[in-house]
Amino acid sequence: MTTVAVKPATMAQALTRAMRDAMAADPAVHVMGEDVGTLGGVFRVTDGLAKEFGEDRCTDTPLAEAGILGTAVGMAMYGLRPVVEMQFDAFAYPAFEQLISHVSRMRNRTRGRMPLPITVRVPYGGGIGGVEHHSDSSEAYYMATPGLHVVTPATVADAYGLLRQAIASDDPVVFLEPKRLYWAKDTWNPEHPTEVEPIGRAVVRRPGSSATLITYGPSLPVCLEAAEAARAEGWDLEVVDLRSLVPFDDETVCAAVRRTGRAVVVHESTGFGGPGGEIAARITERCFHHLEAPVLRVAGFDIPYPPPMLERHHLPGVDRILDAVARLQWEAEG
Amino acid sequence: MTVMEQRGAYRPSPPPAWQPRMDPAPLLPDAEPYRVLGTEAAAKADPDLLRRLYAQLVRGRRYNTQATALTKQGRLAVYPSSTGQEACEVAAALALQERDWLFPSYRDTLAVVARGVDPVEALTLLRGDWHTGYDPYAHRVAPLSTPLATQLPHAVGLAHAARLKGDDVVALAMVGDGGTSEGDFHEALNFAAVWQAPVVFLVQNNGFAISVPLAKQTAAPSLAHKAVGYGMPGRLVDGNDAAAVHEVLGDAVRHARAGGGPTLVEAVTYRIEAHTNADDATRYRGDAEVEAWRAHDPVQLLERELTTRGLLDEAGIESARQDAEAMAADLRERMNRDPELDPMDLFDHVYAETTAQLREQRALLRAELEAEQNDQEGDLR
Ligand SMILES: Cc1ncc(C[n+]2csc(CCOP(=O)(O)OP(=O)(O)O)c2C)c(N)n1
Repeated sequence: MTTVAVKPATMAQALTRAMRDAMAADPAVHVMGEDVGTLGGVFRVTDGLAKEFGEDRCTDTPLAEAGILGTAVGMAMYGLRPVVEMQFDAFAYPAFEQLISHVSRMRNRTRGRMPLPITVRVPYGGGIGGVEHHSDSSEAYYMATPGLHVVTPATVADAYGLLRQAIASDDPVVFLEPKRLYWAKDTWNPEHPTEVEPIGRAVVRRPGSSATLITYGPSLPVCLEAAEAARAEGWDLEVVDLRSLVPFDDETVCAAVRRTGRAVVVHESTGFGGPGGEIAARITERCFHHLEAPVLRVAGFDIPYPPPMLERHHLPGVDRILDAVARLQWEAEG
Repeated sequence: MTVMEQRGAYRPSPPPAWQPRMDPAPLLPDAEPYRVLGTEAAAKADPDLLRRLYAQLVRGRRYNTQATALTKQGRLAVYPSSTGQEACEVAAALALQERDWLFPSYRDTLAVVARGVDPVEALTLLRGDWHTGYDPYAHRVAPLSTPLATQLPHAVGLAHAARLKGDDVVALAMVGDGGTSEGDFHEALNFAAVWQAPVVFLVQNNGFAISVPLAKQTAAPSLAHKAVGYGMPGRLVDGNDAAAVHEVLGDAVRHARAGGGPTLVEAVTYRIEAHTNADDATRYRGDAEVEAWRAHDPVQLLERELTTRGLLDEAGIESARQDAEAMAADLRERMNRDPELDPMDLFDHVYAETTAQLREQRALLRAELEAEQNDQEGDLR
């Protein structure tokens, strides 16, 4: 898809604009959460919405995540489209009961009679020097829960387009916002802002022939950098941005892996029980005969998220990715 | 004939007599926050205690300004100042016996330090070199809790366990006004009351949860009122009046120790600084409100009481100031040293016995670091 890039913007600005446009287009869209009103959110992603649409449409709630998501369920039952902000990844956990026991399965329990169009926005991931409980990558928990869409943009255009799609979706969407990309600037066309691929489709961000890096969200820029660095070693790396973890785009991923015969999955959440295991298994099941080497994972260590002064050792960086790529070659040689 | 008519007239039997389980009146908080300083009650307060509170308040204030300065120098990643709330912090620590436990929230570094924890160790969470720098058992202080209200059920459990063991240990748990909206707050209060656990809950109502004012947090007449519904007394106290907070907490602690069960104390105070150094408070509140609270400063309130009553003179003030200055200088000096960090620590203490998987990851990181080191040495050569 070609989007004429005409305007630089940050991911945070694109997200704000997406909510604003969705609220203007549909009076059923309500934004709610801690500090989303007057303050505009701790990351300022809801800045100006309360002023423009009033406090009934952009609401500072009491400080209670289970309450926020639980009341959103009732609001959605009555025809509204709540867009809920969880302030940080680890502060969404009190809301898990609502998410897992109700939000994810209301459609199924009611045989389709009570769908819940709720968007749960969760700033996630590390790399911003946050103290304890401000850097978790919780995507695997969400992925393990049937009934939820799990979406994560890595570009400014996707931030806008995917959030508009999420809000318009009749299913609950966990919308994971890579907080270290909030301030990353990118060019973006606000005239055709929704012109991105739909939820459920992965995109090849960089074509290549030697091996495929499969990634999403905060790790996309790291993978692109690794692909640049790999050129010096004679490696032409392809980079696939998943964009959506659920539904998963087997087609794009497998087509890419079949082309190159080698794959590395990169993400900062833990490797064991993490998203990479699922992705590697799917690739192996579908592309076994095309593989020249085992599918490798480069992930965060299997430890609680470390304190900020040590996080650089935990987060997958360019070198760790290149090492994995080198191992692919070694595997191929013997 | 309708179905109802066929069945005959419906005569409800009278309900059994209903009795409230207890008289709620003694549980209800006072209409006004309890005060000592500037009232007749002050004359009865122990001068030594007042002087001890004063010394700790001055230290606490200095600690706050020093820690905030350290954020500006990049030595501290973030600091949630408790300036204006020092009376609550200090009284919380001084109301406890050594064998008691403190369960602090992330803003309560001062209470942790006043309890005897090393000031630098109390800051590791906020500096970012480790999550909890101190040994919780050394001073019976639980780790500073970042997720709000989640430490409150822990306090209840610990107090309950101590009582089951026959120990007369009390747990004091601290939470902000915003935190009282969390489910964990309600569950903790309910457990504590049902179990009659020796716990004291201290709510520091400083007016805001980041940007959200109390009026958007609760519709209750006061946060202390919340206690009554669970069956425990609620007390309302002026949180800037160190003597009053100390007295109310002291009463609650004694009550708990004697087997009387939990108390909820709401201390009405104000957060003078922004939520943290990273927050912009001008977005949600005006200067006039802050200035009005500055005039009700906890340090000055106590200082005025002590000097008017001749319990403190210029020399006493100066000596408290110097003591605080020495503490700040030491803190500054030690915080300005680079922390010693070993990345290999990442894999320690995840489990009692490390797993094969973690040993593998440890080896990977070690190899990476060695390669990094060799590269650097190569560059130097
Ligand atoms: C469960 C949870 N949700 C959200 C947050 C993010 N957060 C940190 S402090 C804060 C406001 C807390 O307000 P209050 O309880 O009044 O304490 P204060 O900061 O005023 O001391 C919020 C929302 C958190 N730490 N934990």
